[in-house]
Amino acid sequence: MDLNELNGIAADQQASRKPCVIRCCTAAGCQSAGSAAVLKALQQAVAEAGKQDAVEVRSVGCLRLCCQGPLVQLDPDQRMFQKVRPEQASSLVAALDGGTTDAEPCDPAAPFFALQANVVLVNSGRIDPEQIEHYIAADGYQALAKALTEMTPQDVVEAVTRSGLRGRGGAGYPTGVKWSLVARSQGERKYVVCNADEGDPGAFMNRSVLESDPHSVLEGMAIAGYAVGASQGYIYIRGEYPLATQRLQTAIRQAGRLRLLGTHILNTAFDFRIDIRIGAGAFVCGEETALMASIMGERGTPRPRPPYPAESGLWGYPTLINNVETFANIPQIIRRGADWFASLGTPKSTGTKVFSLTGKVRNTGLVEVPLGTPLRVLVEDIGGGSPSGYIKAVQTGGPSGGCVPAHLLDTAVDYESLAAVGSIMGSGGLIVMDDENNMVDVARFFMGFCMDESCGKCIPCRAGTVQLHRLLTRILDRKATRRDLVLLEQLCGMVRETSLCGLGQTAPNPVLSTLRYFRHEYEALLRGERRHGGPHPDDQ
Amino acid sequence: MAVRTLTINDKLVSSPEGATILQAARENGIDIPTLCQLDGLSTVGACRLCLVEVGPAGRLQAACVTQVAEEMVVRTETPKLREYRRMIIELLLTERNHVCSVCVANHHCELQDLAVKLGVDHVRFEYLHPHLPVDVSHELFGIDHNRCILCTRCVRICDEIEGVHTWDVSGRGTNARIISDLNQPWGDSPTCTSCGKCVQACPTGAVFRQGSTVAEMEKDRQRLRFLLTAREKREWLV
Amino acid sequence: MARLRLATVWLGGCSGCHMSFLDMDEWLIELARWANIVYSPFVDAKEFPENVDATLVEGAVANEDHLQLARQIRQRSRWVISFGDCAVTGNVTAMRNCFGGAHEVLDRGYIQLATHNPGWPSDPGHLPILLDRVTPLHEAIPVDFFIPGCPPPAPRIRQVLSALIEGKQPHLEGDDIRFG
Repeated sequence: MDLNELNGIAADQQASRKPCVIRCCTAAGCQSAGSAAVLKALQQAVAEAGKQDAVEVRSVGCLRLCCQGPLVQLDPDQRMFQKVRPEQASSLVAALDGGTTDAEPCDPAAPFFALQANVVLVNSGRIDPEQIEHYIAADGYQALAKALTEMTPQDVVEAVTRSGLRGRGGAGYPTGVKWSLVARSQGERKYVVCNADEGDPGAFMNRSVLESDPHSVLEGMAIAGYAVGASQGYIYIRGEYPLATQRLQTAIRQAGRLRLLGTHILNTAFDFRIDIRIGAGAFVCGEETALMASIMGERGTPRPRPPYPAESGLWGYPTLINNVETFANIPQIIRRGADWFASLGTPKSTGTKVFSLTGKVRNTGLVEVPLGTPLRVLVEDIGGGSPSGYIKAVQTGGPSGGCVPAHLLDTAVDYESLAAVGSIMGSGGLIVMDDENNMVDVARFFMGFCMDESCGKCIPCRAGTVQLHRLLTRILDRKATRRDLVLLEQLCGMVRETSLCGLGQTAPNPVLSTLRYFRHEYEALLRGERRHGGPHPDDQ
Repeated sequence: MAVRTLTINDKLVSSPEGATILQAARENGIDIPTLCQLDGLSTVGACRLCLVEVGPAGRLQAACVTQVAEEMVVRTETPKLREYRRMIIELLLTERNHVCSVCVANHHCELQDLAVKLGVDHVRFEYLHPHLPVDVSHELFGIDHNRCILCTRCVRICDEIEGVHTWDVSGRGTNARIISDLNQPWGDSPTCTSCGKCVQACPTGAVFRQGSTVAEMEKDRQRLRFLLTAREKREWLV
Repeated sequence: MARLRLATVWLGGCSGCHMSFLDMDEWLIELARWANIVYSPFVDAKEFPENVDATLVEGAVANEDHLQLARQIRQRSRWVISFGDCAVTGNVTAMRNCFGGAHEVLDRGYIQLATHNPGWPSDPGHLPILLDRVTPLHEAIPVDFFIPGCPPPAPRIRQVLSALIEGKQPHLEGDDIRFG
């Protein structure tokens, strides 16, 4: 395989494209709403109508408005339909020729779609994730070809640095800096690891990316391998993501067959292999040192850093670890240029971010926006607001994050602004809450999560989260005294400052942020008032 | 060997490059509390008792795994550190059933000693009182999970010194448990050599010699030191 | 100086702390010069009196009677002192918590382990109701001072009482706060 052959595949794919395409979402959200049956019915309907030559029924990745699945989109006119049932298939096929359909329309010009960006999700909902030719036809693997033939590894690192891309796993560490550290590290072997152990409650960004466009991640990893000098990559994927795993396996097999992975990639001296490691249900394995231990077949527990993985990672060799979404950004940075990427978002938080919007919001689903977009746009315009008409808070960053109260909804979604209001960007979970949610209960939910997911290695996290959970339960049961509240705050500080890894260090965040903005709810419970949510006093 | 000069508690000390803050402090007579650390074993930085404040911002770092650096400024005793260390001991005491008065290791227990040292005269958190087993299936020794603090000294000494790896950890969070082999009774372990190193390494009364009653289980760390010296320096000093 | 109004109370414990109190031997005579023991297992007072200066409470809070008495003690005492490991930590008394609540414990004690006449004791009005969970004293009421030990050695008790007699804040440290 060389660049000409790659272009040949793209051209063949373009040439064989049928005039009409019916896209049916088969990502996990729509599949659980029954889209597999819809896909089959559509294929049957096309066959029955004798339109196989003119119409392609395509299984695609996420079409984003997950709450209305199964979603179907018609190409070329881009009409969209929601909650599609298999029996509506033939009328949908007829609709291609101007016929009527009783399928429920869904407006692709609505703010939910119109206000979104298309970088990471550019192929999502458009290509068949199980067909490498589709990806290639959408300029896939061109970036890898460009990196291998036109750029030195240093050029690649420099491009990523100049793009301003920051880690999408949550902490926002500059990706270029990380790459250059690994590139400079000495080691007879190096590794590239993709962290796909997405575990935050309410977060499904990485799953959607992997289910919708797995090759973008593989290509990003291969480019990273070239940049840092690694020839082996691992994708550590959450065990609860069987569909994403299967699509990745298919993608790796297809890429290997076309020599886009393996040895002598694109007829160069560059070798890069990717293997999948499947997690066994431990949230802590999203922490990089625990993740590496798990890949090496050890108990998935974190270890103190330094040494950082860039210096001593898998089997003691320099290792680059990035999140799924970080890798998915790479091909476009290389292909379209660092400056193009840096022009998106804000100067310090460049590019876009994918969020999974859930909770008390009308439109739940997958959302991509330029960084710096105000939370209000995400929740009220894209999300359509809450069904009850009142938004009390937005939880960002999962169990490590915090609750942003409604009066701060104009906060821009970027790393610094969210940190300034006591939350974090996190990996991209956004949970909207209304007056039915008691914020102490919310804090206890996340504390219960951390307690269950603590690995048990260090004492503050192992035993501290248990006691924090107990104190929150006492408060909710209206059995707590003022002393308990003082103890709660002291213990939060201690667990945050003394825990070994990020899980424990950030576990108190939901408590601290609700104490910061919703202390009155704690106080009401201490006074023995009935447990209820209610609006924020400032909003009344 | 290169030497690093640093300040610990306003005292200028020098220490070889590569040494940890804990080693530098101990060589200079400065005591830092530890629990999971045991000389000769790998460090895990799990108990967090040896956290010290480093640098002008007072960042907390585990002394057992943090290497000394030139002009490093370390504080080992501050009100915050004392309070956090006390809380760590309190958390341990609530987590399992550490009933000193009926424990084989009463008066010979590092957890109890640290409670004394850190001023724990009562515990502010709720005791959890879990129901935990005692495994006395081994002919010489027993393991009482009620007293275990999951420091993993037994796991490490068995793996790293005896070279057997009978012990490991199963489960997670507060349900984590020390297990022998594939979570089978200790007495059925085909790997255990009955060397007793885990008994000597255990800081509490969790791993004990059978037949010991209250306060009788004294640990002999000298024996471990002897083994390490023999191994590292090839000197068999009795 | 006004004489100290001192009380000692025996809740869920073995009375070993009180035995240790008696081990203060001849210092008890000294104590009698400065303090009136207004309520104690050693004296014949039925009702916990008002205006007590200091109360040493032995034992954990294990039943409804303990809880009621503890609350009364708190109301009527200036200083409440947890006296010994059962009051301070729950100690042996609280080991029953590992088996579950009151029902499970009674079931184990009177049914499962019984060799003759298995059956729950039933003497309404005389036997206090067991609490589901045994707790240290400070989980039931605010406590001002702690004397750990099982039992606390006599000199440790004497040290605290001496301070109280002198109107000082008692202070224990080092080996004097050792549990067990």
